[in-house]
Amino acid sequence: MCLGIPGKVIDIDGLQATVDFFGVRRQVRLDVVDEPVALGDYVLNHVGFAIRRIPESEVAETLKLFEELAAAGDDQDLLAADLRAELAATRESKK
Amino acid sequence: MSAETGGVAELKFRDPRRARELTAALARLVEELHRAPVTLMHVCGTHEQAIARFGLRTSLPPGLRVIMGPGCPVCVTDLGEVDEGVALALQGVRIATYGDMVKLPGSSKSLADAQAEGAQIDVVYSATQAVELARVTDEPVVFFASGFETTAVATAAILLSRPPANFSVLSAHKYVPPAMEAVACLPETRVEGFLAAGHAAVITGYGLFEDFARRHRTPVVVAGFEPLDILAALVRLLEMIRDREYGAANAYPRCVTREGNRRAQESLWRVFEAADGPWRGIGVIPGGNLQLRKEWAAMDARRRFRIDVSGLQQAAQSELSRRCLCGKIMVGLVEPTDCPLFGRQCLPESPVGACMVSSEGTCRIWYQYGGRPDLGGTA
Ligand code: SF4
Repeated sequence: MCLGIPGKVIDIDGLQATVDFFGVRRQVRLDVVDEPVALGDYVLNHVGFAIRRIPESEVAETLKLFEELAAAGDDQDLLAADLRAELAATRESKK
Repeated sequence: MSAETGGVAELKFRDPRRARELTAALARLVEELHRAPVTLMHVCGTHEQAIARFGLRTSLPPGLRVIMGPGCPVCVTDLGEVDEGVALALQGVRIATYGDMVKLPGSSKSLADAQAEGAQIDVVYSATQAVELARVTDEPVVFFASGFETTAVATAAILLSRPPANFSVLSAHKYVPPAMEAVACLPETRVEGFLAAGHAAVITGYGLFEDFARRHRTPVVVAGFEPLDILAALVRLLEMIRDREYGAANAYPRCVTREGNRRAQESLWRVFEAADGPWRGIGVIPGGNLQLRKEWAAMDARRRFRIDVSGLQQAAQSELSRRCLCGKIMVGLVEPTDCPLFGRQCLPESPVGACMVSSEGTCRIWYQYGGRPDLGGTA
């Protein structure tokens, strides 16, 4: 529950954003994010809420661990399982 | 058995040279301190997952102990709080909660037990889903909310966005800084430095720990979740201990700032206030619970329902659960392998204590990744 997952903002509708997490599109709330979010920005998601806009210069570094975890399909891996649960915390995009 | 599949076998750093440099620096610093063992504590289940998954403890110098403190929100949810959720569920109120909470034992029953007796329990991944459940029904829906400040922010945001009238919150949210305070005051623990969870610090900012570090003469470093992040943060902590630099440092600048997320802090404190409250196995932590402010009484399940837990608490606690050492594990006094039930009577499928229930619990993590990787094969 502690893991914040970065994703790229691809659509914004009021306080609701569509965010791409490693190829999966989800709805994320923008109620409490610290800075204005624009299309193309990366945000950290925690249980369905964006909690930080990641500065552009930091994006590549931030994505590394998560890419590796997203690739690990192992059920036994607690980090990968928490990552999946957090992704599930955001709702499917209605498209 | 899990030692063969997890732990050492999976040890792979993206940058092994950098990892070697960092572990060499750790060994040098421990030597310079002349007083091994040096004990450092982290307070985050995700840190423990990363430490165990990447077998970091095998690469630490022998004079350095890195232990997990009260960093699992589900594990510190008190028996009485679980009892409240179970009592409400048995009274026929529909409960929505995070998945880890379902198997968590209360005084005599878990939510899973209540469900087996016919109670309605819905697992949600986010507070938003709990509100959606309330929108499609007329019956009351109680969101049994757990988690530290980062997760409490989501609960606060939901309450601020006008949920329907049949929705309310049973808060088991906890606030980490007072728990660090409690651990720092334990004479037996002798923690010389803390790694703070990168994630909670996204919200609170690392500046929050400056006063704590000065008062306890114990430095605090905010760390990210990659193995190299953790090693780098440990190096920074040892340097600060060596230089008697009793402050807070940020080893996770890509996500954490000094002030944190002001907007999230505002939402959090508009809805919640810190109150003294029991943490499972540890005791009452002054200011350690996040309770709904009076203004939110209409949405506060504790004020809205009469919750009678007496029946649950009279029933005797099982002999096994009385032997659980979770409380001592969470303040860093013992390790899961010190518990005679670990991996025997207590397993992830049939947990005896809270630390074996959650994916962030120390016992569960050690079991899954084969315990201390350097003891590999003994599990
Ligand atoms: S192994 Fe089980 S019983 Fe022992 S301390 Fe951990 S959770 Fe408690």
